[in-house]
Amino acid sequence: MIRGSRSIQIIGAGHNGLVCAAYLARAGHQVTVFEASSQVGGAAITREFAPGFKVSAAAHLVYMLDPGIEKELDLASHGLEYARTGLQTISLSEAGDHVRFNGDDVDGVSEGDREAMREYRRKMQHFAGIIGGLHNRVPARLGTTDRPDLLELARLAFNIRRLGKNDMREFLRIAGINIYDVLQELFENDALKGALGLDGTLGTMLGTRSNNSVFCALHRYSNGGRYQLPKGGMGTVSNALANAARAFGAEIHTARPVNRILMDFDRATGVELQSGEQIEADLVVSGADPKTTFLKLLGAQNLEAGFAHKISNIRTRGNVAKLHLALGSVPDFTGLDPALSAERLVIAPSLQYVEQAFNHAKYGEHSRRPVMEISIPTLDDPGLAPAGKHVLSANVQWAPRELKGGWSAAHEAFTESVMNTLERFAPGICSQVMHRELLTPQDIESEFRIEGGHWHHAELALDQSMMMRPVPGTAQYKTPVDGLWICGAGCHPGGGVMGSAGRNAARAIIERSGT
Amino acid sequence: MKKHDAIVIGAGHNGITNAAFLAKAGLDVLLVEKNDYIGGATVSRNLHEDWIYSNCSYVCSLLRPEIYRTLDLAKYGLQVVPYGGTVTISQNGDYLGSYIDHDVSRREMARHSHRDADADVRYWRDIMRQCRFIRQFLLRTAPDPASFKPRDLLELLHIGRKFWGLGENVIYDTMRFYTMSISDFLDEYFENPLIKAAHAGSGIIGSALGVMSPGTAYVLLHHAMGDVDGTVGSWGFARGGMGAISKAMHDCYIDHGGQTLAGSGVDQIVVKNGKVTGVALENGDEHHADIVVSNMTLPRTFLECMDPADLRPEFLDKCRNFKIRGSSGKLNIALDGVPKFTALRDNQELMYTDMHLIDSIERLERAYDDWKDGTWSRDPYIDMLIPTLTDPTMAPPGKHFMSVFVQYVPPKVKGKDWTDADRDAFGQTVMNQIEAYAPGFKDLVVHAEVRTPRELENEVGLTEGNIFQGELTMDQLLFNRPIPGYAQYRGPVKGLWMCGSSNHPGGGVMAAPGANAAREILMSLRKPSNVPEGWLDD
Repeated sequence: MIRGSRSIQIIGAGHNGLVCAAYLARAGHQVTVFEASSQVGGAAITREFAPGFKVSAAAHLVYMLDPGIEKELDLASHGLEYARTGLQTISLSEAGDHVRFNGDDVDGVSEGDREAMREYRRKMQHFAGIIGGLHNRVPARLGTTDRPDLLELARLAFNIRRLGKNDMREFLRIAGINIYDVLQELFENDALKGALGLDGTLGTMLGTRSNNSVFCALHRYSNGGRYQLPKGGMGTVSNALANAARAFGAEIHTARPVNRILMDFDRATGVELQSGEQIEADLVVSGADPKTTFLKLLGAQNLEAGFAHKISNIRTRGNVAKLHLALGSVPDFTGLDPALSAERLVIAPSLQYVEQAFNHAKYGEHSRRPVMEISIPTLDDPGLAPAGKHVLSANVQWAPRELKGGWSAAHEAFTESVMNTLERFAPGICSQVMHRELLTPQDIESEFRIEGGHWHHAELALDQSMMMRPVPGTAQYKTPVDGLWICGAGCHPGGGVMGSAGRNAARAIIERSGT
Repeated sequence: MKKHDAIVIGAGHNGITNAAFLAKAGLDVLLVEKNDYIGGATVSRNLHEDWIYSNCSYVCSLLRPEIYRTLDLAKYGLQVVPYGGTVTISQNGDYLGSYIDHDVSRREMARHSHRDADADVRYWRDIMRQCRFIRQFLLRTAPDPASFKPRDLLELLHIGRKFWGLGENVIYDTMRFYTMSISDFLDEYFENPLIKAAHAGSGIIGSALGVMSPGTAYVLLHHAMGDVDGTVGSWGFARGGMGAISKAMHDCYIDHGGQTLAGSGVDQIVVKNGKVTGVALENGDEHHADIVVSNMTLPRTFLECMDPADLRPEFLDKCRNFKIRGSSGKLNIALDGVPKFTALRDNQELMYTDMHLIDSIERLERAYDDWKDGTWSRDPYIDMLIPTLTDPTMAPPGKHFMSVFVQYVPPKVKGKDWTDADRDAFGQTVMNQIEAYAPGFKDLVVHAEVRTPRELENEVGLTEGNIFQGELTMDQLLFNRPIPGYAQYRGPVKGLWMCGSSNHPGGGVMAAPGANAAREILMSLRKPSNVPEGWLDD
């Protein structure tokens, strides 16, 4: 068999599946992607939610996409275009005393806080570089004496050492703790702390006072932390990836859901589609979340009991709801210069506010006063809505997947809480709404086929990261089942429309799959 | 005035241990204590008639057997009596007992869930594996990972080797264990809420974390890694109350020629020309020594007892940021008889055990939410024992002493200092909670001492009332404890040392920080060490 001539099937045309497909096809393999939905992109799509109004249905901002992937796959030539880059973050306050994160500076806070912010930003970017430096690496296995693993660890140790004595100590001190304590040490302004605290908790089942939230913030900043708005919504990113993959020769089939992974004794040999069609391949790569891959498509009966137990223990408690509003005009946020409405607006007026919003989630309740990350993409990209009309897209937290009493009973009440919260920051917004849609994690789970409706497929926590992601033993993208690999956000380094998991998986397959 | 070889500040169990090892090595040691009694938080107090209260720490397990043996504490009269098991009492009138006999425990657990009874075997196997791993580092000085000194590199290598030696799977288990919340960890084993609650309590005792906060699985370890008579994870009473421990240590210290001055606290640690020269007491006396060892908390040592001009501002900032938030309170109660718990009915022998009043993870976590909001828990988690059922020397015949540990209690109430009215209201909350489980309990109360973080700080000197002299979170463990760069017991000024629980390996009546500090001091004096190192019986 000559290099690069194997037939490889990829389950799911989410962004990681597409990246993986593109790299494998580029290496000469015959790649076929099967996507259940009628369009490519998984949770990075643009779709119409009201007549004439289009929105990025799940992920809505690009901030982690690996610049290397953008370049290597030449996404610009395949149609990726940004309507705006470098969105500022504005922490909204009800009274109108907003805090604006303006490049390297921050407006609306005391001189002491500005000074502290410069140091905080330097420190966090420095530390995020350590985390980011791991993104494009296949995680090392621990406890082995294999050279590549030891070298990989030595590289990490070297990078931490290279921070210098003081920064290294600070990194080892804060990397495992909570962002609340770190922020309280440094800042006084509530809205400033709230927004920074939100960065450590967005998309996770952590409050600002939960340990690990510093790690989540570092993860968020690890690819530069610049927010960008793709022209035409997130679907543009996925379409560009699909175009790149096709250009390298990959075949992408939409609306062809995979029913199960075929097994011949202990080896994966292909997939069975929902139509009943069985197609064989040399390798199967799953971009689905780990629980779906192993427990649904493969079946626990095909796994060793201990491994199946570990998979079932992966925490996949989705907790972000997505709000889409079709608006007749631009909402008027109290005290906010209308020119700034196009920025990334967050409702996290204090650490206390964020923490109280989180408290409900612990008990399977939704927040009464949720935190939100808001984008009004039509201000920069008017093509998403009819002329003069606007779209508001917001991540709303917390809305636990497992809600006491179920979502169907609470959907309306939660939507009301969300609208009331918006109304307090942008009086009159409710009367501007022409149409609204709120996707709960349950809706996200069924629409995007992600177990638990979790952004990252598996909670982004230290105990589910790096060589332990999704579970120890599969962190190198190879699974215990011969011929089956995984490449989704449930793998290192996680979701967030980064693409690194897909690329790492492709690299691991090319380097390590053998013949 | 005569100059001593060393002065140790604070006659808590770590200070005495430290002083005893130094005296044993032939040093002329002076131990100074602000209270007119010794023991710090390891104390037996006679506060009401003929009752003796273990009014701070109340049970013993973590005390290192090596220290026990080296200081010959048995000879000085210390007896630790193991007590059997625990019972977790639920609001709905049910309970979960655990007994010394594993078969009985298993049957009891199976009464609630067969699946969990099976899981419990795996659970304890995994916990004990973690205990065995961590135990070997308790009586060693943590390496500084930012240093290139041969000693630090060798120690890092030593830890790395031990870690690698666990084998790939256990390494991952260990890393996950340290970073998980006790609630998530328990979810991987158990299904029954009462069984989960029974296990979860140890994950939060003394810490300002909720059961759902990542990092609490380690706190659980801190409560499971001790032993009594070689039985790992077992707990016991010191006969005569916890003061018996500090008294035995102190007798050993005096036997080796040590001197103790009780009754006046340290006003100032005196520094001249960048070197420690001694201490100035509150009563105006000055005592001199080239070595001063502080058993006080980190903030108390550096922010209250030193001249800021003697320390670098960055160091002071780090002391101010040290997390030492109080999270617990205590009631010490003299009883006329044994209370009757409705749930225990005819199974009153469970009264001899450690009793917990809790029945779900959610209640535990909600108790923490109150703490976050700056109030004591309205529905508190209670861990109580009646030591007099096992050790009748602590109360008049037929009467009893009950130790009630309460979680959570904030260091300040809604940002304001505690008042007597707050304290009484808190005491009532706890009394009502117990009464709800044991009707008629209040009528048995002869005397009650209510201790909030304020009392703990004022009497024992534990800043903000934190029982561990600093929280046990990742930023304050091992080489990060108390602050990065100062984890080897050596203070920032020449001749100044630290031996309290603010240092590795942390609080609990373990005496390891005191012993480790003594070893470092003797090493710096180039004297042969008489302090045990590492782990002898694993």
